[in-house]
Amino acid sequence: MSVLTDVTRSTIGKKLLNGLTGLLLCGFIVGHLAGNLLLLLGSDAFNTYAYTLHSLLHGAFVPLAEVGLVVLFTAHAISGISVALARRRARPDGYQKSANAGGKSRKSSSSTSMIITGVVLLVFVITHVAQFRGGFFAPREYADVMINGHATHNLYALVVDWFNQAPMVALYVVVMLLLGTHLRHGFWSAFQSLGAANPKYLPIIHGAGVIFAILMTVGFLMIPIYIFLFVDPVAGGTLIGG
Amino acid sequence: MASNAITVKLLIWRQSGPTAAGQLVPFTLENVLPEMSFLEMLDLLNEKLVREGTDPVAIDSDCREGICGTCGLVINGIAHGPNSGAATCEVRMRSFRDGETIVIEPFRAASFPVIKDLVVDRAAFDRIMAAGGYVSINTGSAPEANAIPVQRASAETAMDAASCIGCAACVAACPNASASLFTSAKISQYALLPQGRTEAGRRVVRMVEAMDAEGFGNCSNHGECEAVCPKEISIFNIGRMRREYLKAVL
Ligand code: HEM
Repeated sequence: MSVLTDVTRSTIGKKLLNGLTGLLLCGFIVGHLAGNLLLLLGSDAFNTYAYTLHSLLHGAFVPLAEVGLVVLFTAHAISGISVALARRRARPDGYQKSANAGGKSRKSSSSTSMIITGVVLLVFVITHVAQFRGGFFAPREYADVMINGHATHNLYALVVDWFNQAPMVALYVVVMLLLGTHLRHGFWSAFQSLGAANPKYLPIIHGAGVIFAILMTVGFLMIPIYIFLFVDPVAGGTLIGG
Repeated sequence: MASNAITVKLLIWRQSGPTAAGQLVPFTLENVLPEMSFLEMLDLLNEKLVREGTDPVAIDSDCREGICGTCGLVINGIAHGPNSGAATCEVRMRSFRDGETIVIEPFRAASFPVIKDLVVDRAAFDRIMAAGGYVSINTGSAPEANAIPVQRASAETAMDAASCIGCAACVAACPNASASLFTSAKISQYALLPQGRTEAGRRVVRMVEAMDAEGFGNCSNHGECEAVCPKEISIFNIGRMRREYLKAVL
């Protein structure tokens, strides 16, 4: 245990933790996006997916995954914030004039804004979970839908209601762009933090990071924009698949 | 004076002592020749200040040929100035235009207190080295040169890491004031060679602990350090330090 606390207290241990949790979160958002894209296929497809997810492992899958995600987000946020706090202690007096060195440097608006995009993502994740998992502030009440003979939440109707509101769509667009910014530096940086980057593969990892950031951003952006433009709110109490 | 001489406007950080408040002070310097090194330009300024009876600007320098790591200034926001792969002493005044304003500041980090003007105390690096930057051997006659085979690639990479002159530009340039590039170069130069492997685990843990204890920041993988390094030490050394650390603690 003391080894573990020593490691997590060291700068290197924090980066290992930040990189590992960051990559695992990248894995999570891929799965999350894949599932959410079913929203584009309509009510049946999405509600069936949601129902199936909740019945995996006799219903234990979702709670287990949620515990895992809370641990991941917490560890990632704490290790990330610690880097930003260490910076203020390590250089209390800044330069009068600062410039980027250029050349081989990978410093960018993306790498210098990790703490800002990260904190925005943290606040977003909490409200996002309250909104869609908790059903807080829901615009109206929803009658259950029938999936495979089981009454289940009409999550599709809730999502469609939210994304018919222009300010909500605008908010999601902004946050997803910030997610892309976070990933543009974050993806390759995580490999470097884990000591897994080498001169041969670095250009590939860096390029893959840019592509990954674009794919995730565009993928997540498509959903609210598509719904806002093309999908009308579901009429109350519709029964599907029953 | 030669017809190609230029005039530069200098904004130099002046601070009379470790606890004194400092500020940028303007100077105008004429008759600067393009072939002068940056330090020779400051010598010219200091000769003028001495003649005028003013306190000269304190700067650090020794070999003035890019191998000792003593000089180090932040010139227009960039550690060691505009030329990549060069120390401050290797920067020539031809890199600047006639009439240009040049801002000169010390390397800034809480772990490098300002002693006076542009001179900072970099003893924190010595303490990191003392924590593990050595190989313990039994003294006696020199061992036979070929007794321990060394892979050529390892020898080259170790030599690249060992070319670090400890100037601390990596810390100065890092947005987080992290000493990761320096520490990782020193760890790598031993870790890559069989002679250094015996103590590799202990060394990486101790040197990282010492680096943290000195109050340097953490690394965000910006890569500014490599870009300003006069010896172009690669950030892959930082990756190696992390692997070595993981190996040592697991
Ligand atoms: C969808 C969610 C997120 C994903 C996929 C993600 C991904 C990543 C990745 C891959 C890295 C690079 C790790 C490294 O440099 O070793 C990173 C860094 C970082 N993350 Fe996140 N992140 C997410 C959410 C957050 C949140 C909620 C915070 C909260 C503060 C945050 C703060 C940071 C910070 C500050 C860094 C940079 C640390 C540094 O400067 O070294 N991230 N993130």
